[in-house]
Amino acid sequence: MDIIIQNFTKKYGQEKAVDNISFKVKTGEVLGFLGPNGAGKTTTMKAITCFLAPTSGEIQVGNYSIRNEPQEIKKRIGYVPEINPLYPDMTVIDYLKFVAELHDIGKNQVVERILEMVRVCGLEGEKHKKIGELSKGYKQRVGLAQALIHDPQVLILDEPTAGLDPNQIVEIRELIKNIGREKTVILSSHILAEVEATCDRILIINKGKIVADGTSDELRKLSQGKELLQVCIEEAEKNAVVSAIQELDSVEMVDPKARDNYYEIQSKKEASSKRAVFELCVKKGWILTEMTPVETKLEDIFRDLTLN
Amino acid sequence: MKKIWTITKRELRAFFDSLMAYIMLIAFLGFSGFFTWLYGADVFFVGQASLQSFFSIAYWTLFFFIPALTMRLFAEENRSGTIELLLTKPVTHWQVVLGKFSATLILIIIALALTIPYYITIANLGNADNGAIISGYIGLIFMSATYISIGLFTSSVSNNQIVGFLLALFIGMFFHIIFDVLSNNFTGFVGEIFNFLSISTHFESISRGVIDSKDLIYFLSIIFLGLVSAEAMVSKASMPE
Repeated sequence: MDIIIQNFTKKYGQEKAVDNISFKVKTGEVLGFLGPNGAGKTTTMKAITCFLAPTSGEIQVGNYSIRNEPQEIKKRIGYVPEINPLYPDMTVIDYLKFVAELHDIGKNQVVERILEMVRVCGLEGEKHKKIGELSKGYKQRVGLAQALIHDPQVLILDEPTAGLDPNQIVEIRELIKNIGREKTVILSSHILAEVEATCDRILIINKGKIVADGTSDELRKLSQGKELLQVCIEEAEKNAVVSAIQELDSVEMVDPKARDNYYEIQSKKEASSKRAVFELCVKKGWILTEMTPVETKLEDIFRDLTLN
Repeated sequence: MKKIWTITKRELRAFFDSLMAYIMLIAFLGFSGFFTWLYGADVFFVGQASLQSFFSIAYWTLFFFIPALTMRLFAEENRSGTIELLLTKPVTHWQVVLGKFSATLILIIIALALTIPYYITIANLGNADNGAIISGYIGLIFMSATYISIGLFTSSVSNNQIVGFLLALFIGMFFHIIFDVLSNNFTGFVGEIFNFLSISTHFESISRGVIDSKDLIYFLSIIFLGLVSAEAMVSKASMPE
């Protein structure tokens, strides 16, 4: 099921939380939703799940509109809100049963689906415990289990890995990737590495507006593309190295690192200083033991786009 | 219908899991038993085989207990955010409101059913007026339903249970006693209006054994108004502006 968002605006009082955004998510796509706090990610997700009505604009899930057929959409969506609110005095099994009944899962399938979810989400040992007694990571799994129990076409996850330990994060990411093969997934996160690892496409929003949209490679190209090298030059005096490299035509800036013999070299726009640095070392008799191009990190792109 | 029942079951279980239900049942039976059998204008003082003394006690105990039961229903969901997960499931706001309403009403009916031993005792003491007793119970159920719908609304107003409780008592107080007092102080048309607005007028009329359409319309319209307002408060979050 595709999700189509057209000119969606949401105001709280006078303030625009989301300002006229439009995008489309196709079936089988995992969309990563990035943005600083208060950018409008959660608001957009709440609108897609029919919890908040838009001030203006239209959102369609499949062929259903959130204005006219919210019940049809709700049947097909699995949603894990940011704070993952659950009833603390219910046991895991009871809660999943409650959700299954709300989703009209047939009597003969309920038990099977619950056991399946318990297995998939790794809740085997905690299924008879009260939700209030579970650790944050297990609560998150219950949140995922309740979102997946009716085998939804669309999955909306608001920071699904917050509060999990590294092993659990890897498991949940695998789970999301598997689900994402056939279904439409939107997930929001602060953790850029996570978005890069799980998502086919990244959407960055800032102050309610879309500032970037594309795969992580496409986003990298967007950023300024100055070459950055990390080199290690041995048997040379630091000041001599810095001044010699600085004199090369292609080099914009040299920065000696705290680590002994390491330097960071930034080239001028659309120039490469790899060869020049190598030849310089040969000429001066310095020993070049390492030269690594430093990739522009998604973090930098994110900062570029959202800090202004 | 099935979804309403699903929500009703969950709420009922929450009442019993949180001990709220047990406390309410014990306190209700304790208070009403004490005043029916042991103290004040009790059965032996009146000297008649009727449950009139129980009904007039239950009239007051339910008035205080029901807001204590309903205050949690929406306020807690608003505070913890569970309302968001509930409303993004395929249920309508009405189903949620009606599920919570019927869960509380069922709990009250359980409490009233537990007083059936009182009736059995009375029936053994003398010639009980069965009609009056049945209609007394019906009156209590209508009154409870009225206060439940008011309590549901006040619980949905904020995310604070205490606000829900006090507001329900405040609104309930008008129907319970203030309109009655006012109707005694005014004569003519104004007095008539206050008299009609007072719950005690209709409760007494029903418990005398006459179930008049006027009384039914009165109770049903307050219940309806309470539920509509609760539904409106729940929907407010998802309304544009």
